[in-house]
Amino acid sequence: MWTLPILLLAVTILLSIPLSRYFAWIMEGRYRAPRWLAWFERHLDTGEQDWKQYTVSMLVFSVVLFTFGYVVLCLQPIAPLNPLHRGILAPSAIFNTVISFLTNTNLQHYSGDQHLSNFSQIFFILPNMFLSASIGFCALSAIIRLFRGQATVGNYFVDMWRVVAYIYLPAAMISGIIFMHEGMPMTYRTEQTITTLETGAMGTDAQGHANPQNIIVGPVAAVIPIKMLGTNGGGFYGMNSAHPLENPTALSNFVTTFDMMIFPFTLVLMYGRMLRRKRHAAVIYSVMLTLMVVLIGWTVIFDTLRPNPAFTGNPAAHSYTLPANGSAAPAQRISVPAVAALPVDQRLGNLEGKELRFGTSAGAVFAAITTDVTCGAVNAEHDSLNPIASLSPLTGMWLNCVFGGKGVGMINLLLFLIVGVFLAGQMVGRSPEYLGRKVGAREMKLAMIALLVHPVLILGPSGLFAATAWGTKAESNPGPHGFSQIVYQFSSASANNGSAFDGLGVTYGFNNNPSPAPEAVPLDIATGLVMLFSRYLPIIAPIAMAAFLGRKKIAPVSLGTMRDDTVTFGLLLLGTIVIIGALLFLPVAALGPLAEHFGPIPFGG
Amino acid sequence: MSITVTEAPIGQPAPKRELFNAGLAMAALKQSVVMLRPDIQWRNPVMFVVEIGAGLTLGSIVRAALGLSGTGPRLGYLIALDVWLWLTVLFANFATAFAEERGRAQAASMRRTRVATPASRLRADGSVEATTSVGLTPGDRVVVNAGELIPGDGEIIEGAASVDESAITGESAAVIRAAGGDRSGVTGGTRLLSDRVVVQISAGFGQSFLDRMIALVEGAVRQRTPNEIALTLVLTAFSLIFLIVVVPLWPMAYNAEQYMAGYLGLSGALPSLGTDVPTLIALLVCLIPTTIGALLAAIGIAGMDRALRANIIAKSGKAVETAGDVDTVLFDKTGTITLGSRRASDFLPVGGVSQQELRIAAALASSADQTPEGQSIVTAVLADVPSQAIEAPKGAQFVPFTAQTRMSGIDLPDGRRVRKGAPDAIADYLRAQGAQVPAALTPLIERVAAAGSTPLVVADNLRALGIVVLEDTLKPNISARIAQLRQMGLRTIMITGDNRLTAATIARHAGVDDFLAEATPETKLTFLRKEQAEGKLIAMMGDGTNDAPALAQADIGLAMNSGTQAAKEAGNMVDLDSDPTKLIEVVTIGKQLLMTRGALTTFSIANDVAKYFAIVPALFAGTLPWLKVMDIMHLHSPTSAILSAVIFNALIIPLLIPVALKGVRYRPLGADVLLRRNLLVWGVGGVIVPFIGIKLIDMVMVTMHLVT
Repeated sequence: MWTLPILLLAVTILLSIPLSRYFAWIMEGRYRAPRWLAWFERHLDTGEQDWKQYTVSMLVFSVVLFTFGYVVLCLQPIAPLNPLHRGILAPSAIFNTVISFLTNTNLQHYSGDQHLSNFSQIFFILPNMFLSASIGFCALSAIIRLFRGQATVGNYFVDMWRVVAYIYLPAAMISGIIFMHEGMPMTYRTEQTITTLETGAMGTDAQGHANPQNIIVGPVAAVIPIKMLGTNGGGFYGMNSAHPLENPTALSNFVTTFDMMIFPFTLVLMYGRMLRRKRHAAVIYSVMLTLMVVLIGWTVIFDTLRPNPAFTGNPAAHSYTLPANGSAAPAQRISVPAVAALPVDQRLGNLEGKELRFGTSAGAVFAAITTDVTCGAVNAEHDSLNPIASLSPLTGMWLNCVFGGKGVGMINLLLFLIVGVFLAGQMVGRSPEYLGRKVGAREMKLAMIALLVHPVLILGPSGLFAATAWGTKAESNPGPHGFSQIVYQFSSASANNGSAFDGLGVTYGFNNNPSPAPEAVPLDIATGLVMLFSRYLPIIAPIAMAAFLGRKKIAPVSLGTMRDDTVTFGLLLLGTIVIIGALLFLPVAALGPLAEHFGPIPFGG
Repeated sequence: MSITVTEAPIGQPAPKRELFNAGLAMAALKQSVVMLRPDIQWRNPVMFVVEIGAGLTLGSIVRAALGLSGTGPRLGYLIALDVWLWLTVLFANFATAFAEERGRAQAASMRRTRVATPASRLRADGSVEATTSVGLTPGDRVVVNAGELIPGDGEIIEGAASVDESAITGESAAVIRAAGGDRSGVTGGTRLLSDRVVVQISAGFGQSFLDRMIALVEGAVRQRTPNEIALTLVLTAFSLIFLIVVVPLWPMAYNAEQYMAGYLGLSGALPSLGTDVPTLIALLVCLIPTTIGALLAAIGIAGMDRALRANIIAKSGKAVETAGDVDTVLFDKTGTITLGSRRASDFLPVGGVSQQELRIAAALASSADQTPEGQSIVTAVLADVPSQAIEAPKGAQFVPFTAQTRMSGIDLPDGRRVRKGAPDAIADYLRAQGAQVPAALTPLIERVAAAGSTPLVVADNLRALGIVVLEDTLKPNISARIAQLRQMGLRTIMITGDNRLTAATIARHAGVDDFLAEATPETKLTFLRKEQAEGKLIAMMGDGTNDAPALAQADIGLAMNSGTQAAKEAGNMVDLDSDPTKLIEVVTIGKQLLMTRGALTTFSIANDVAKYFAIVPALFAGTLPWLKVMDIMHLHSPTSAILSAVIFNALIIPLLIPVALKGVRYRPLGADVLLRRNLLVWGVGGVIVPFIGIKLIDMVMVTMHLVT
């Protein structure tokens, strides 16, 4: 039960410490690359950039990546490596998918094994996973350099090269080899035909012969390591890490989970190393770890140790009177009938939607972690989590800084930190300071803009879709559960997470699909836009903030200075995150998971 | 003539005033209604949002009263809601208006000293013309006789007199002001008690520092300080964030209504409070940081007011705020750390010079020296030498002390040049003329200096005669005051013209962190710049014209009111009591200002948690009644829950006005302890208090049958 999460956390923490040294060594450029690698670096280096040039390079690069992705997906029907003759995706699906992979979200409004050819997997999915994952990493490096007071922040293209060539590629190679060893396919072939063990499992043909099964295969072991390491999360198969070929064994499940955690963990320590503030980083790390332990614990307790409420029944009929609030309308009563409990052995907790190959708590643990680190891969059906347990993945995405995505998670935490420092820092009788520099109006303006984006892009569209047919026709269940599906979709998009609650009809499929999901087009476009804005605004504004803050003089530390490496500071940070997070999302939590949890069958459960 | 200086007592407590006063409250009440005008309310964005909300609710009431709104909540609920929304705005305005009125009352009492007084202007030809203070312009010279009021701020350029400054300082002991020193500044409205002086007026009527401060306190020219601007911005952003939270609640609640109406098989809608616009406005008002939004201006004004009551004139609100951030405090040794009345206690001749010869030479060198030190040498010598022996002969040329040469003396008609001064200055002077410094002198100097006394070397032409030992005493309590500064996290640095050894000894006794010995105005300025380049904010006090550049360079330059006009112009604060240790009060007031802001902001945001637990279940009681489990306060009904939250939100404003005006108490405990303590009181307390408050209000309303 608890062995898996404890082992995962222990291994990740242990390895993040030496890795952070390596990361800092790479990002500070203290290594000497072999000649053939140095050649690339020399040719990418366009010279030292200030923060504006760096940001513009990042944006220009993103535009190029966007265009490239669009072209590749459009070429799918005529491109090679497509023996199954997969056609072109619907325009809205292409729009959504290109943005999704550009923004490191990997929200998949398509199904990888059904809608993409190996050409698209190799030339669209794979490069996007490496490159989009480097954007957040580079942005954090730029912020660190600005905090160090540097006028120039290095070169964006060199940074990207370093991240991809010296960090992602070696790590992906190691993971890939383990995955192949565990049985993950790695081939250019597209399908394998087998005879099923259970005769007739695939039905019989006209002559009464058992049909064989066609299993989709491809270069899975190439995609999956970076899918996890880059906290991308977009699966080769539609079933993502629940698919036996995308996550064959318990060991591959462990490595998969570890892979998505390791870089976000390491980057926090790298922040401390590069700023020579290891204790400060350790405090931040502890705060994030505390939140993660709570969120993992929450999911495991409420999903694995508690029964599935759908089976538990409702011993006696009762009714609720709806208050009239003094209005003229007559008071309404809601009657709840008695429902007998189903004879299901519930001692192992909620097993609906779980991959039992991995053990009973693996799904819950994975669900919490994948949303905390904004990976978005899934190895269980989040839609089937117990309602109250689903609060944990939602919270992970709402806070978006429980380690968070590589780089961006740390950046998001800095926003909470700056707000906390600004509000409470004055209570020591000095104007607020971070890293010895005074936090003024301009820095706060940028921090607040960045902080604002995330709730706007979750709550606004959620409200819009909840009140219109766009949402209500797409959800698979009405009421609080359907509401959770809508909120989850936009939370996942805005957090650049990419995991799906599922249950929401979002797949249009191929352009010639005669019966697409009814509201797939508005959902494609809305989540596409949400992903785009929530990716770049919360990166650019903090870089600008760091630039303005970095220019200021550093005040010396005295007895009167608020220290940022103490337990008190950690509690302040934790309090800020929890309170601001609660204030932003408590009403939505109440309307979704809480209403479903507290509601009796048939409203909840 | 010998002049002694009366020191104001250290840390004189500000006269106590009652916080509330019916007259002030009435005036503030009127003003708070006037401030409802949208163009004025606009200046406070958070409260402006509340005003708009109250206006919109008023619209809903009219619609409901006319029967246009169909199935909305009952009229009585809407009216109660709106009344409390308007009260929230009024309470906020009252807080600001009351702080302003208090400032105005304080200013009015000071203004009494600024009435037109008769003045005797000195014409260029020496004749005197009668005029009033209103007619004076900077540069005018006026004659003031004993018993008369000094007509304006200025500097004594002729004469010396004792002055009663009680009108501005509240301190009844007379002070001495004299021409040509660092205590030449006089303030308009103070009374000359003795003698006759000529004063050069430095500020026109209504233009003086005091007038500027009165305007600042009255709020007429109150400008927002950088920190206040940043905080206003953050509060506005929070208001925006909560708008973003509340607006989507309407469609979300609509979704729940549709769902439940569908389940119940209703043909029409199932209205709940979740889609009731006035209720959502109430939620918004409860969430946006109204508490700090209401009190922010009052906190700033109260900070200025506290400074003024400590007899400190700040030239801007920014200066008071900056004071809280000071890292290093520079103190002049003389007058701040020591009593400043150094007396000659011993004469130590060297190289066979007789006591008599050294004493006579020392007295000669000091015969024109008006400083207490010089006078004390003459007095000490007169005890055993006839006065004619040390009388300067006719035709003698006095060499005054300058901060650059750091020595003074006399050139006698017979060619003798007698000098006394700092050891290194005299040594340089002798060497420059090719003379030798006796080897016995150095150990002697060191011995004297190591004992904390100041050695002065006396030289007659090319011969060093010996040493005059000047003894000084530490001010009582100064070590305690400096220890207090250290606890506040400030570094104290003593500045002195003494040599390193003397400085080190005194620094050790006083407990300062560091010292700058053998300081000249130039080294002082260089030192300041060096510290500032390291990112430190520096406070210093000064009174002399020599100090002006450093005062201007320092982040907090506190000029003594008794000081020269140049010093007062250069600094950004003037201390009416001319008490150098007042820097401690200045820093405390600055810290208190920032702490109060931080504490009330934290409190305001922390309050929201409880309000959610009251309002969210109430919003959905009509659609998702099982959310009642979130109502951990067990409030009476959905409408009473919402009203209780709104009432709590409004009432907390007047309840916290005393905190805003008095300020959160600052204790020099170090940042860690302060943070822990304030987080506990204002952060954790801010989460807990509203749970209790809202429950109490709900209970009171139920007992009084005010809610159904």
